[in-house]
Amino acid sequence: MKVRRTWAWLAILALVLAACANEGGGGSEEPSEADESEPAAESQPAESADAGEQSFLERAEAGEFEGTTVDILAQWVEAEADNFEGNFADFEERTGIDINYEGVTDYTTVLNVRVEGGDAPDIAQIAQPGLMRSLQADGHLVNLSEFMDVDQLREDYIESFIDLASVDGDLYGLYYKADLKSIVWYPNAAFEEAGYEIPETWDDLLALMDQIKADGGTPWCITQEHGEATGWVTTDWVEDVLLRTAPLETYDAWVAHEIPFDDPAVVNAANIVGEIFFGEGNVYGGPTAINATFVGDAQNPMFAEGGPDCWLHKQAAWIPSFWPADESTDPPTPLYEPGVDSSFFYLPPIDEEYGRPVLGGGDMLVMFDDRPEVRAVMEFFATPEAAEYWTQAGGFVSPNKDVPDDWYTTYPSSGLAEILAGADALRFDASDTMPAEVGAGTFWSGMVDWIANNGASTEEVLAEIEASWP
Amino acid sequence: MTTATTPLGAPSLRPIDIVRRLLAPLAGVVGILAIWWAIGFLVEEDGPANLLAGLYDTIGLDGQAEAIRERGIPTLTSKLILAVVALGVGVGGIWAVYIGANAVVERLGDTLKRRVLPWVFVGPALLLLSVYLVFPSVSTVATSLTEDGGAAENFGFVLTDPDMLVALRNNALWLVLATGGSVAIGLVIATLVDRVKREALAKTFIFLPLAISMVGAAVIWRFVYAWAPPGQPQIGLANAVWTSAGNDPVAWLQVPTLNTFALILIMVWLQTGFAMVVLSAAIKGVPTEVIEAARIDGARESQVFFRVIVPMIKGSIITVGTTIAIAVLKVFDIVFVTTGGRFESDVIANLMFTEFFRFRNFGHASALAVILFLAVVPLMVINVRNLRRQGIGS
Repeated sequence: MKVRRTWAWLAILALVLAACANEGGGGSEEPSEADESEPAAESQPAESADAGEQSFLERAEAGEFEGTTVDILAQWVEAEADNFEGNFADFEERTGIDINYEGVTDYTTVLNVRVEGGDAPDIAQIAQPGLMRSLQADGHLVNLSEFMDVDQLREDYIESFIDLASVDGDLYGLYYKADLKSIVWYPNAAFEEAGYEIPETWDDLLALMDQIKADGGTPWCITQEHGEATGWVTTDWVEDVLLRTAPLETYDAWVAHEIPFDDPAVVNAANIVGEIFFGEGNVYGGPTAINATFVGDAQNPMFAEGGPDCWLHKQAAWIPSFWPADESTDPPTPLYEPGVDSSFFYLPPIDEEYGRPVLGGGDMLVMFDDRPEVRAVMEFFATPEAAEYWTQAGGFVSPNKDVPDDWYTTYPSSGLAEILAGADALRFDASDTMPAEVGAGTFWSGMVDWIANNGASTEEVLAEIEASWP
Repeated sequence: MTTATTPLGAPSLRPIDIVRRLLAPLAGVVGILAIWWAIGFLVEEDGPANLLAGLYDTIGLDGQAEAIRERGIPTLTSKLILAVVALGVGVGGIWAVYIGANAVVERLGDTLKRRVLPWVFVGPALLLLSVYLVFPSVSTVATSLTEDGGAAENFGFVLTDPDMLVALRNNALWLVLATGGSVAIGLVIATLVDRVKREALAKTFIFLPLAISMVGAAVIWRFVYAWAPPGQPQIGLANAVWTSAGNDPVAWLQVPTLNTFALILIMVWLQTGFAMVVLSAAIKGVPTEVIEAARIDGARESQVFFRVIVPMIKGSIITVGTTIAIAVLKVFDIVFVTTGGRFESDVIANLMFTEFFRFRNFGHASALAVILFLAVVPLMVINVRNLRRQGIGS
């Protein structure tokens, strides 16, 4: 009898403890909630097919998803993270959806680990269409065509961005941020003082280089050391020149590997790049500096005290965040202002026949978990409002054409919007689009070796890259 | 495990004895519950905040509790609470579980107990090892044989791709030079330092780099090897010295093959201290009578070293050599931080990382892992055999 009673006490004690555990940890509530939403999400596609129904964004605005959380993983940190969060702060306030943003610079690694570990974020940013395609092939991505109006998106967006984010006619990525690579930075005041003029044609550019050299200066700041990513600066150069010396069809066929990687057009483009890279006195520090100096430090000599040590720097519009700054404050105070101390011009066309093409890059958002609130957030990111804050803060260009021009008030956004408006064609960074083994592998390492050998055996290097295509 | 059996046979038990007997199993139950609760707590994002709020509630500070529920708590506080809970419940809980399990096994018959008891204590460790070591290993081998293009494609790629061959060559260089360099320099220093007055101080300096993580060391040496255009101030130590002798600066990390030697030097700098400490202890274990006898017999100092000391500490040299060799074969951090494998400085472990995380070629990456594993196994065998011979392992 006594024994049995003792066990009864034990059982009661266990129950009490278990109850405490639940209360203290708040433990079991959230997982069970997630469990419930899973089947609900699966049944959604059928519902949303009805045309007359409210969109998820409208339902979110009506407060239906209040209290839910959506996780986003992207590469934007520090100031860029603040700008990104500024883009959706109002949305969170209105809808009650809590957007939990995590910024990681090495996001491809983190993303792959989390996806393979079954802990994918709800939404992630991806810069390489190649990575998107392999994630899609492994069945990790949600098909956006199931709930978003792709025809409408085609009207709202620069069309090539929709095509880039599609696989077999279905949309898996939503382009959110565009990046223009065909721009060249120069030091405003010194440029004017020296009497230099912004080149309109490739011949102008070559003449300007000669003029700078005749004045005792070094024309180009070019560096590309970036750890295991070393090499992408040169691939951008080759792509930009290829766009200016060959028809768009050639570029597209090259990216899709319908023509060999070492097609004569590509060899020609590499040779033109080589003339700049390896020409005597063209690059600050010579070819060694290109491989040995960190990519973010490229433009520092332009701000040297005794006047620019190099005058021209081809790099996308994020480079100002790497310019010299006063590191004694937190955050560091910029010493030079884009648009005032250094502005950019469009890398001039080479052959009139091919017009004014622009080489771009961009970041798309992909969706891993199909829940109504995640759909609502994706739909929100397709609206102009989701670009408002960052556009006005500067440094953001939206691929969404509905974003009003008068939001692009701050340099460099304003300058980029202008170049985009005057462009005949936009093509996406080829190395980001090719399979990663080439685009983030042999194309990069091949260009590194090419520079290490001072541009010797261009054709051999390109042939080796061709051989490595998977 | 704890509740099913109640073999309380003897009728003459007093209540106090029952309580005493139940105390230990009870501890086990409490331990299991505590661990269960702690896991829930650790996976819960707002766990620490909720716990703190709950504590405030219990002691009557409702206002404070409300504030925490609304605004949360600073990350540092939250992490500290997590650490305390993890430590307390982890250690305490596991201890309680062992006590409980032991108490239950104590009740079993003598023979049964003798058989079961070791498993109770080794069991959890075995289970964790299988989950975290055995299963992943088997799964990696399986992946290397099935994923991507199957075994032939994966291993064919690993053994023929030009980048792979460069990495294999580099790993061979690393294995020979880094291991040989560390052991040889460590042995020389250990011998020399043995006759120095301030031996401890000298040894400390050599030993210090070992305390630095591989990543930390690589970052330091990145600065040492830094390059600036000729004519500019050289912030890198290596180039500052090199250019002061009138030479042009060298991009140590960017020139193929030279960079591999530069990286191997980092490893030697790190591992020499380890070799020195172990070998120094071994040298001190060589009986002075033996050395004196050799000297009396007319042996020169070099002969004493090579014919007497080295053979007598052979076991230690093998142990140190194989241990360093295993670390060297798996080298990743140094290469990843300094060159990222560019400029023909790649090694197997870094290629594995690239194939896995950048290219998502899980088959290639697994095949590389298997190759690395196969390369390490013989070294492990030598090491274990050597330890057994010395009677250290059982």
